[in-house]
Amino acid sequence: MVAPATLRVVRCGGSTLHGARAVFSADSYLLCASGDFVKMYSVATEETLRVMGGHADLVTGIQLNPHNHMQLYSSSVDGTIKLWDFMDGIPIKTFTVGSKLLALYALASSEDSLFVVIPKSGERDTFQLVSVKLTKAAGQDLEAKELSVVLDGVDASPKRIAFGREGEYVASVKEVNLQVYFFKQKQLNRFSVSAMKTKSGNNHFTCIACHPVEDCIATGHADGKIRLWRNFYHKKEYTFSTLHWHHDTVMDLAFSIEGTSLLSGGVESVLVLWRNESDCQKDFLPRLGSAIEYISMSSDGALCCTLHADNRITIINSNLRFSKSIQGLIKSTDVKTGLVVDPRTKALVLNGEPGHLQFYCLQSDQQLFSLDIVQRQYIHQAGLNQADLVKVAFSAQGKWLATVEEREEVTDPELQLKLWFYDEETQSFKLNTRINMPHEDHITDMCFRDMDELEDDSLILVTAGRDCVFKVWMMVEDTDPEAQQSVSWSCDFVGSYHNYQATNCCFSEDGSLLAVSFEETVTVWDSVTWDLKCTFCHPPGKIRNICFGRLTCSKYLIGATDYGFLCCWNLLSCALEWSAHLNVLVLQPDPLSEHIAAVSWLSKESSLFVFKPNEPRPIYIQRNLCKEKIQLAAFVPRDEPETIGSEKYLWLRRSQLFFLTDTQELMTLSMKSLEERLTPSSKQLAVEESLPVTPFSLLLGKHRRQQLQEDIDLGKLVRSKHEQDSPAVKELLHTPAHVLPSASFLCPIFINSLLISKENKSAEEVADEVEMESEKTEDDSDEERDVTEMEHEDTSTMELLGEMTCKLSKSQEKELRKIRKMDYSWVSAF
Amino acid sequence: MGEFEVHRVRFFGLVPAGVRCLACQPRGGRLALARTDGAVEVYNFAANYFQEKVIPGHEARSVEALCWAAGDRLFGAGLGGDITEYDLARLCVSRSVDGCGGPIWSMAANGSGTQLAIGCEDGSVKLFQVVPGGIQFERNLDRRKGRILCLSWHPLDTHIAAGSIDALRVFDVHSGQTVQRIMVNYHVQKVKRECIVWSIAFLSSGTVVTSDSFGRVQFWDWERGTLLESHTVSTSAVLSLAVSEKEDSIIVGTSTGATYQFQLLPVKMGSLEKRWVRTKPFQHHTHDVRAVAHSSTALISGGLDAQLVIRPLMEKMQKKGYDAALRKFTFPHRRLVSCARKARLLLFQFSQHLELWRLGSTDETGKDGEVLPLCRMPEHLVQLKSKGPEHIYCSCVSPCGSWVSYSTASRFHLYRVQYEGDGVSIRKVPKVPKLVLPAYQLQFSSDSGSLFVASARGSVHVLQLLEPGGCKHLHTFRPPSGSPEAVYLLASSADGHWLAAVSGDWAIHIYNLKCFKHHCTVPMYGCAVTAVAIHPLTNNLVIAYSDQQLFEFSIPEKQYTAWSRMVQNCGLHKVWLERDSPITHITFNPKNPSHILLHDIYMFCVLDKSLPLPDNSALLMNQSTLKQLPETARQRQLHAFKICKKFQPLLFADLLDENCLVMVERPIMDIKTQLPLPIQQKKFGT
Repeated sequence: MVAPATLRVVRCGGSTLHGARAVFSADSYLLCASGDFVKMYSVATEETLRVMGGHADLVTGIQLNPHNHMQLYSSSVDGTIKLWDFMDGIPIKTFTVGSKLLALYALASSEDSLFVVIPKSGERDTFQLVSVKLTKAAGQDLEAKELSVVLDGVDASPKRIAFGREGEYVASVKEVNLQVYFFKQKQLNRFSVSAMKTKSGNNHFTCIACHPVEDCIATGHADGKIRLWRNFYHKKEYTFSTLHWHHDTVMDLAFSIEGTSLLSGGVESVLVLWRNESDCQKDFLPRLGSAIEYISMSSDGALCCTLHADNRITIINSNLRFSKSIQGLIKSTDVKTGLVVDPRTKALVLNGEPGHLQFYCLQSDQQLFSLDIVQRQYIHQAGLNQADLVKVAFSAQGKWLATVEEREEVTDPELQLKLWFYDEETQSFKLNTRINMPHEDHITDMCFRDMDELEDDSLILVTAGRDCVFKVWMMVEDTDPEAQQSVSWSCDFVGSYHNYQATNCCFSEDGSLLAVSFEETVTVWDSVTWDLKCTFCHPPGKIRNICFGRLTCSKYLIGATDYGFLCCWNLLSCALEWSAHLNVLVLQPDPLSEHIAAVSWLSKESSLFVFKPNEPRPIYIQRNLCKEKIQLAAFVPRDEPETIGSEKYLWLRRSQLFFLTDTQELMTLSMKSLEERLTPSSKQLAVEESLPVTPFSLLLGKHRRQQLQEDIDLGKLVRSKHEQDSPAVKELLHTPAHVLPSASFLCPIFINSLLISKENKSAEEVADEVEMESEKTEDDSDEERDVTEMEHEDTSTMELLGEMTCKLSKSQEKELRKIRKMDYSWVSAF
Repeated sequence: MGEFEVHRVRFFGLVPAGVRCLACQPRGGRLALARTDGAVEVYNFAANYFQEKVIPGHEARSVEALCWAAGDRLFGAGLGGDITEYDLARLCVSRSVDGCGGPIWSMAANGSGTQLAIGCEDGSVKLFQVVPGGIQFERNLDRRKGRILCLSWHPLDTHIAAGSIDALRVFDVHSGQTVQRIMVNYHVQKVKRECIVWSIAFLSSGTVVTSDSFGRVQFWDWERGTLLESHTVSTSAVLSLAVSEKEDSIIVGTSTGATYQFQLLPVKMGSLEKRWVRTKPFQHHTHDVRAVAHSSTALISGGLDAQLVIRPLMEKMQKKGYDAALRKFTFPHRRLVSCARKARLLLFQFSQHLELWRLGSTDETGKDGEVLPLCRMPEHLVQLKSKGPEHIYCSCVSPCGSWVSYSTASRFHLYRVQYEGDGVSIRKVPKVPKLVLPAYQLQFSSDSGSLFVASARGSVHVLQLLEPGGCKHLHTFRPPSGSPEAVYLLASSADGHWLAAVSGDWAIHIYNLKCFKHHCTVPMYGCAVTAVAIHPLTNNLVIAYSDQQLFEFSIPEKQYTAWSRMVQNCGLHKVWLERDSPITHITFNPKNPSHILLHDIYMFCVLDKSLPLPDNSALLMNQSTLKQLPETARQRQLHAFKICKKFQPLLFADLLDENCLVMVERPIMDIKTQLPLPIQQKKFGT
């Protein structure tokens, strides 16, 4: 059963979504370039339906095939253009171009060629727009070397080239120059704006969009202006008008399908709709969360979508109403809080939007919720110091949350320590205590005493600060009768050591010892009497990380120093057990086992070492984990222990290790192949959700319920078999009525698709089925009556049952069958 | 350049009147402008937009509309109810006809310039025939209630469009009937405010363009009465509108001070479908833009902040140069200040009064750039109010300070000022000789013994001033060949020998004052003269033209000097020629005969004839860089033009003695505070 599994590094979230403009497919799916992948989302449910991988590097452009709207072209830095059937996630063709592709454009008027931006050979930082002729030869992998240069000296950004009405012309902007090339006339016009730097910023072009039906070009500028160029086929008598609302760079522009309105977005995170190209008629959609990077319109004009700098996708109705938001891991400017696991939801907790804490669900790649910690309006302006969240700690059960926010000031920082209590009723955290200036200087570390069995009142929070002290905070009964809460937090003990800055703190597993590192020294304190027990140091080098060993290794204290040493001290003998020369960036103990993961950064690659403190030899080493620098790591406990064959990977049995790179991509180690990782639900094509309610659908629904019943009885095998047939049904339902063949022709196909084929069932199962046959007839009769009499109740219960039974064991299933045989029709009498 | 003690005068409280209306001469090179105080000015495009003629205002004569008719005849109409024709040679009102319809809000001449239509308070539109020697009432068009605020003729003269409150109407000129009536706020729901159609234009295609108080510019099909296009350009009213002669461009002015250009552009390349697109916005004004005009190469706008802005259309320019510069005129192109050098007095001319000030003095000295403390503050000696509704044409104070003279359209006044200790007494000189008025320029001789009065038809009167307070007419100079135009500039020589007079046809005549005869005529140069002065030692006449050329003409030798020829051969510096305001005053430093001191609104310049002229590669404004250079390097960088831009806007500069200058500034901000508050606009970041 166990194949020699290899551990692979898998990206599982946080890849930048804004490599290229998103594309709406004709049937309301949204396609996005995300890192090396192309992701397909359902516009209706926000669900990630498909992840199309195959490119070896960043995907830089995606475009629907103008001649077949079920196909998608994607280009990548790896030099290939792929043609996908995105409904099935199948790569149809791969065209190898050779040089880096930085942007992709497809035109309806050019039959067999695409336009890409490539670096000019032999010159650095100059790019050209070329058209690539796609060869029509058979075979999957094709060479596309037939390039012809259209424009020279273009910008690498895909936002800075746009094709005009019916592909008549192409316009490109770079710095202060606009060039327009007319394909038919073979005429190139250049225009420029004055390069003068004004108070409000410079004049540089940042993006461009062409009017879909008229000869009009809209350009966005770094000073927030939008210029609408007209008459640009005259070198002299060209003219432009200016729209100005944005106070900072215009990041992207998009015309509506008819061209009557223009959408613009920038760092203000406000989408502006300009009507009739008029300065006075504009509408706003404010508070979109973060800077808008790309705007794209659906081909029917009903929806538009904005991609944001923090990897959020917002889908907006044509009347400028917020519709949906697809958000995975929110990219924040700097993850200062580290990766913390919420013990309650097992969600990953880290900086989200500015001043917010995001709870990110690893299983669904979705944000669970965002907790506003700072509770102040964030102003999108460069150079403004605003309060941000820097430290976060959860108590063992997730009942208490401690946060530290600070505002960077040159002279003295503004600090706030907040303690939040989880309110079971509202299911969210409520602010309990706010402490202004808990330390005189920045807080470097913070931890709760991690004791599961202890009572609430012995909960202790320790903060270490650069003001050379660590402070112990305890809960006290609130004596104030007007206070709404019964407890609040106050300082209990202040410890220091030789006036060194306190850099790290951590409790031992049983909570009896507290280790605090003071620059080069680790001090160990008794957590009851607050006596200094012993000190360790490994000069030279300041302590970077410390942690206690767990379970059998709880007598060890591990520390990593600046000078590249990993040390393990024995707390019983107070001596150095072992040390290793390793430049450790991240030291992360697994809360459920003895294992400790250390990530090192050496010669531009990250390596992972997993070891137990009681033996100096690592259990597992993975060199060259990834090219990016790994910033943070966290062990996330699994819901149920995984069965792992190989001895080598036993450390992954109870928890999963996640890393965050400095580009804020979340990665994990997995033994499964890519296909396995995708959950069946995402593979299932979304027939149900888009099904309109018609008499036919009710009929189908009734039929499906019966089918479901059968599925439950027959087990998973049949169910999966059935799913393979569903495209036939789906096609039948999705094809417009006027192009369908006659009903008599369709009928057998449709019925066939609903039948369960028998040929590949094992003998055992067949026997089982025979046994059930008799039961089923009875069921059917019951079912029939139920449907007619109590339809509403029936649908809900049946669906619920269907989901539940999937996971039931054999014995439970039998139990259920018995229950089902009972006649509940008397219920309807009431 | 030398060091001077500078009197920096900022107590000239001039507030120029706002611009009320503008009219471009059809197919001509002139722009007529009317101000809110009733003054009418004419700018000449060919002479680099020089303010060629000024007709001072009149209390009872407001001007609401100006138009050119029958070639170069200028008509104005106002709330007084009169239609006025202006005599541009004599710079006065030639005749005035009552419109018989109450206050006149608008006037327009037809395409051929043979008929005038006026729109009156009582809602009537009246037609007048332009006949030689005046205008003649022709007939009334269909009258409805509501004042007619604007009028426009169809280019074929068949129809007239008139804008009123809430509606616009189209009249058939032949039948006199209203053929179309369009309610302009029909499309606006639930609006209780009335919509004022501020301005209207009739295009040859049959499109009527209106601008209204709702901030809209709308295009109507007059025959069907339908709205073709509507552009909201502003949240406040759009007050003015002008169409180019080719009808492919429109400029509109709003009450927020912004102007916008609309262009008729093809929707697609090569297609015939065209659409009006709002293109260029400009924010040159702070207050209402009450008047706009569209010349063939420039957009012209005038606002209540008294600015006239001429914005050239770059696409119509062949090359970058003097014509392509943006011009903003706030102050008149002639001097309103005269200076009594010996007595250290300044006379300021306002529209209806004069102020005589004594300069302050100091007994301390200091280094370059230092501000010296005053031991005696400047003193306001006399305020002379002109009687009657007429505004002052010109004024002058004698060098000794004891004579002050001014002229209005119908009267000439001479005063004798006497100083007794700190007290000042002023006495009107009785029995001044009857002269042909108005006087356009007054100039005392340098010994304060005689007064030169510039008059119409090129004539200059010489009055002899008699002690203790009298005067006598000595002689009248007339140009030998005669001239229809009035004299507008005078210059007399320090030795009392020569008098130079410049008349409106730009001819400069030089008269001999000793034998009272015409001496010679300076060769004609095809541009307006902006300033003249005679050198006190060499008797060379220095002439500044509106195209920024400088000439030096030797009066005794009756020819241009060698330096002047050299300047013409070498050419002046490019930057000098591209300056956009004319030289308004020239003076000399008797201690340094080679120095010529001249100034315009933005700079003061000492022209040193002994130094080489700069070539185009050299920096023209190099005073600040020269300061930092060592002495040896400085020698190489030196050139004839030494320019100081410290004093802006500079209304007047003169040399009191060899090391003492007086500079009269009028900071724009001081004027702004005198104006009513502009429309409040939210400014980002405030």
